[in-house]
Amino acid sequence: MNETEEKHWLVKPETIRWLWRGGYVILALVVFADFFIHTHAYFQIDGSFGFYAWYGLVVCIGMVILAKALGIFLKRKDTYYDNE
Amino acid sequence: MTMSDFPPGIALIFGAFLIPVVSQQIRSILILGLPLVVLWLIWSLPEGSFAAVPLFDYQLTFVRSDSLSRLFATIFSIMTFAGSLYALKQERLLELAAVFAYAGSAIGVVFAGDLISLFIFWEIMALASTLVVLSAGNILSYQVAMRYFLVHVFGGSILLVGILVHIHSTGSTAFDAMQLNSFGTAMILIGFLINAAAPPLSAWLADSYPEASYTGTVFLSAFTTKAAVYALLRGFPGTEILIFIGLFMIFYGIIYALLENDMRRILVYSIVNQVGFMVTGIGIGTEMALNGVAAHAFTHIIYKALLLMSAGAVLYMTGKRKCTDLGGLFQSMPVTTVCGIIGALSISSFPLTSGFISKSMINQSAADESLIIVWFMLLAASAGVFLHAGIKFPWFVFFQKDSGLRPPDPPWNMKLAMIFFAGLCIGLGVYPEYLYALLPYPVAYQPYTVTHVINMLQVLLFSGFAFFLMLPLMKRTLTITLDGDWFYRRVFPGIFKYLLAVVWKIDKTIRQTFLARLNGGLAFLSQRHQGISGLLSRTYPAGSMVMWVAVMLAAYLFLSFITH
Repeated sequence: MNETEEKHWLVKPETIRWLWRGGYVILALVVFADFFIHTHAYFQIDGSFGFYAWYGLVVCIGMVILAKALGIFLKRKDTYYDNE
Repeated sequence: MTMSDFPPGIALIFGAFLIPVVSQQIRSILILGLPLVVLWLIWSLPEGSFAAVPLFDYQLTFVRSDSLSRLFATIFSIMTFAGSLYALKQERLLELAAVFAYAGSAIGVVFAGDLISLFIFWEIMALASTLVVLSAGNILSYQVAMRYFLVHVFGGSILLVGILVHIHSTGSTAFDAMQLNSFGTAMILIGFLINAAAPPLSAWLADSYPEASYTGTVFLSAFTTKAAVYALLRGFPGTEILIFIGLFMIFYGIIYALLENDMRRILVYSIVNQVGFMVTGIGIGTEMALNGVAAHAFTHIIYKALLLMSAGAVLYMTGKRKCTDLGGLFQSMPVTTVCGIIGALSISSFPLTSGFISKSMINQSAADESLIIVWFMLLAASAGVFLHAGIKFPWFVFFQKDSGLRPPDPPWNMKLAMIFFAGLCIGLGVYPEYLYALLPYPVAYQPYTVTHVINMLQVLLFSGFAFFLMLPLMKRTLTITLDGDWFYRRVFPGIFKYLLAVVWKIDKTIRQTFLARLNGGLAFLSQRHQGISGLLSRTYPAGSMVMWVAVMLAAYLFLSFITH
């Protein structure tokens, strides 16, 4: 890409700001929808308000942190096996 | 010989031998037409067992046609067709030929009606898939192919031992549901699990598949692991240990894919993750779970191939495969981007995609059986899939920073193959009843309830939110992550080298000590007996020699007299 080329509309800061706002609205809407549906709880905690939302958020943050922690021990430079 | 006596997989294996010798034009017709002929063969088979061949005291049954084998054979032949379309311009004929033998033997495995014919096709599959890796044709793919081959020969030997012990103890070669209660069945289970990339030998998959060519990886992703899923589904439904093995594979796949920088390695780690869902479902073992596994294998082959096709298109057009080198490609590769995103949404089981209608059956079966921990882990895993494959792959390849690369979309045949599979992903997601009708058990499951759709959207969208919140932690680095192959690439050779060094050192010490003793002894003797009167410098008169010769002759004369 040369410097004078017009930035694609999707990567303009303005668009990205709107994408974030739209994203928040959608997130709020799917949680709000919990008021109107009857969640069939198989166990107990999964019937609590917005369970699927916060569970998804928490486990993902957990997995990223776990991966990061394991990475400390398991990561190597990508030339590690090069001298085989 | 009637039509039903002809095993459909064999047609593809025959085709493999034709591919290198026919002209370019006929080859194109052959590789596109043959999978469709095979599909027709599969569906013209009546239910039952055919193509029986006697072998010594046993009877081999090459075709057992029922809903389960038909389902797997169908998706294998559709995969071969779409993959051939994608590989239409592939110039490595060895790869194309190997792919057809590979696909044919995979279909052979799912139609095999007894353990011996299963093993025969199992081994052809190992050999042909090794050739697919090997045909990438560089030194790296050679090394990788040899490692891949060793693991599969090892797995095949374990399977063979299991089969022989099992046949010896039961007297039957039948391949039906088995109980995990003897040495033979345990070995068979281990043999199957090695091909499913289960721990501890799971690293072969991420080690080898990404080193194949841009087309080779697409085919590799489909057959070996799913043939193993079929074998487990047929042989070990409801075997509880599979639940734990499956859950391990699910999270292993997620964590390693999160750490990975190579786009195709991200996707192959997620094969292990997805096969983990299937293995877990086989462990749960209810009709709902087994239906879910079969459906998930079917949809998985399509969206995983689609994802690897889009990654292959990027590799083909840019020659780059690391996330750190890529980004911003959506601007010049719109078709590849959209198809890649559809594949990513399907693997994440977004509503209206194929993953939604298959994976939820497995999750549902865990809830139905009140497997509380399993259910929570599967739900966490569903979130994790979106994280590691659903967003990570498209984000780092097609968006993130602008890499400045502006490659166009790939040639028409590759685009068409991607569009075909993307269409299937959406089609199966919107009309699940067509897939449900093919499943081994009757389906009473309804995926599209308002509650289920909202719940799934909550999980997925908040996983996506977590991804962008954690983006600073996800920054790609020029690293690899040590996996199980580290043991046989570094640790075991290291130990072996060390032991050899020790042995050499001991050997050297022993030889030197012995030599020193010998030298010392000789020096002592020569010193002791030197000089005029010494043993070594004494002179002997010629007369005594003449006398001893006379004695010898006399003895000879005497002996010849007494023997006559």
